Amino acid sequence: MNPPMNTSSNAMPDPTLQSQAIAPAHVPATRRLYWSIRRELWEYRSIYVAPLAAAAIFLLGFLIALPHHMHGVKTLDQAHKVLDTPYELAAGLIMGTAFIVGIFYSLDALYGERRDRSILFWKSLPVSDLITVLSKLSIPLIILPLLSFAIAVATPFVMLLFSSVALLGSGLNIGALWARMSFFHMSLMLLYHIVTVHGLWYAPLYGWLLLVSAWAPRAPFIWAFLPPFVIWGLEKIVFQTSHFLAMLQYRLTGPEPSSAAAPHSSIMEIISALTLRQFLSTPGLWTGLIIAAAFLFAAVRLRRYRGPI
Amino acid sequence: MTVIEARSLRKTFGTTVAVDGIDLRVEEGRILGLIGPNGAGKTTALNAIVGLTSYQGELKVLGRDPWTERDQLMRDVCFITDVAVLPRWIKVSHALDYVAGVHPRFDRDKAESFLTKTSIRQASKVKELSKGMVAQLHLALVMAMDAKLLVLDEPTLGLDILYRKQFYDSLLNDYFDGKRTIVVTTHQVEEMQNVLTDVMFINRGRIVLNCGMDEFESRFLEVTVHPEQVAAARALKPIHQRQVFGRSILLFDGVDRNQLAAFADVCTPTIADLFVAVMDNESSPSQAAAQRTYQGAAR
Repeated sequence: MNPPMNTSSNAMPDPTLQSQAIAPAHVPATRRLYWSIRRELWEYRSIYVAPLAAAAIFLLGFLIALPHHMHGVKTLDQAHKVLDTPYELAAGLIMGTAFIVGIFYSLDALYGERRDRSILFWKSLPVSDLITVLSKLSIPLIILPLLSFAIAVATPFVMLLFSSVALLGSGLNIGALWARMSFFHMSLMLLYHIVTVHGLWYAPLYGWLLLVSAWAPRAPFIWAFLPPFVIWGLEKIVFQTSHFLAMLQYRLTGPEPSSAAAPHSSIMEIISALTLRQFLSTPGLWTGLIIAAAFLFAAVRLRRYRGPI
Repeated sequence: MTVIEARSLRKTFGTTVAVDGIDLRVEEGRILGLIGPNGAGKTTALNAIVGLTSYQGELKVLGRDPWTERDQLMRDVCFITDVAVLPRWIKVSHALDYVAGVHPRFDRDKAESFLTKTSIRQASKVKELSKGMVAQLHLALVMAMDAKLLVLDEPTLGLDILYRKQFYDSLLNDYFDGKRTIVVTTHQVEEMQNVLTDVMFINRGRIVLNCGMDEFESRFLEVTVHPEQVAAARALKPIHQRQVFGRSILLFDGVDRNQLAAFADVCTPTIADLFVAVMDNESSPSQAAAQRTYQGAAR
């Protein structure tokens, strides 16, 4: 289909090819990390496409339901109510999507490169296993939460814009509607939730998934979920207890019930660092981070031994 | 400068010995061809050199231990193991971006000007390229890296002859400058003959022949002998004999050219012919005497 390039034309090397660019002899680790993260975003476009799609679908639904909700809205309070409840739903939808993307991403991150043999190419470049694994860990731990945060913060603006248009003829003071929306408050709550829960509390979960992804000879999904299931079953049969299950539930639902109620608590409570101090003094946070570090270390070591499958 | 130095390099997989105590020394500016049958341990040896596999024994590449210092080593070493290991999802321009981002000595202009001579477009994804084009892209990336050592493991496997020829032509014309070092394995031995400066045969994890091409040309001679002269020629102890169209072709190691010229025209065998001869001797113990000469000479 495509003929090979003309061999006679390149028998004589171009003079331009002879020029040696004066490049720095060393690339800082941060730059290697930066490009490795960009590389992940090229490969897994679902990292940003999926949360955006979740927001878009939500907004579409909101738009369809808007005339129905706005029908008969006479006061600002009523208008506010129309906006308030779905906003929490939107944030939940976006965060949930990001969480699921994070799980599937982590399971494929170190497995996919072995399956498609591209690990042989990546390993031919001066990027250490540590930087590679760190770049892959940063996707579910930093990039996905921040992206979903940005999308979740932008969504209510769009909602408000839709509502304002819908209320244009109603005679209500739209400016007052905008002023009453506590964007700052909501964003801060969300950011707090994202950093503590998605960034720190879930770290061992993603560490485990990456470890399985680095190790699994095949079917990383099964290897990730079968062992917890077996441990739960064994514990149930041998000891008739379910501490392991309780531990997993604790890990998945978050450190404290108060954080679930956070949207209704006052902003000052959060800022006063009471909740934060409580969070930081949770032993589960620190054991979780230590376990995450151990998983990470194992994944880095494993990648050195791993070749294509 | 010594680029690769290995002493009793060994690698086992369970009970299988892949590399069985190799001593190897490759100097700067050489193009070494590593030739051996399937499963001889070539790939394992190369993988050890580029830090893809652990090993026993001593191995230094540019003064570094490839297994523990792979990432630093890759600033000065690049390798192509097998064709089509470039990720299928990546865009050509992104591949350039990434390598330029992480490699300290990558010359992007050089890679791009190489690509303009091919039919590869920067907006294409690797999965849209043919196998030969992927090999061209990989070569373009590697040639722009300004590495001291290039390791190629079957880089042209499965490519048609035009791509193969173009691949080696580019390597020699645009890349090799007498200072770089190249180690290459291939089954297409005949296409490499005038490219190599050194040749090494590996069988069952051991080096069975190691010599420079200059030495190769003076040491090994091939004579086509008429049936009635075979007995006389055999007295000179050929290392191998084969029949082609009723005539015997005898291969000699270290026999005086003038002595052989008495029988017929003397010529230098191809690497492929010598390879077949050496492997035949390796597998048939009856020619143990001949084999001994070989391993003596290989030292």
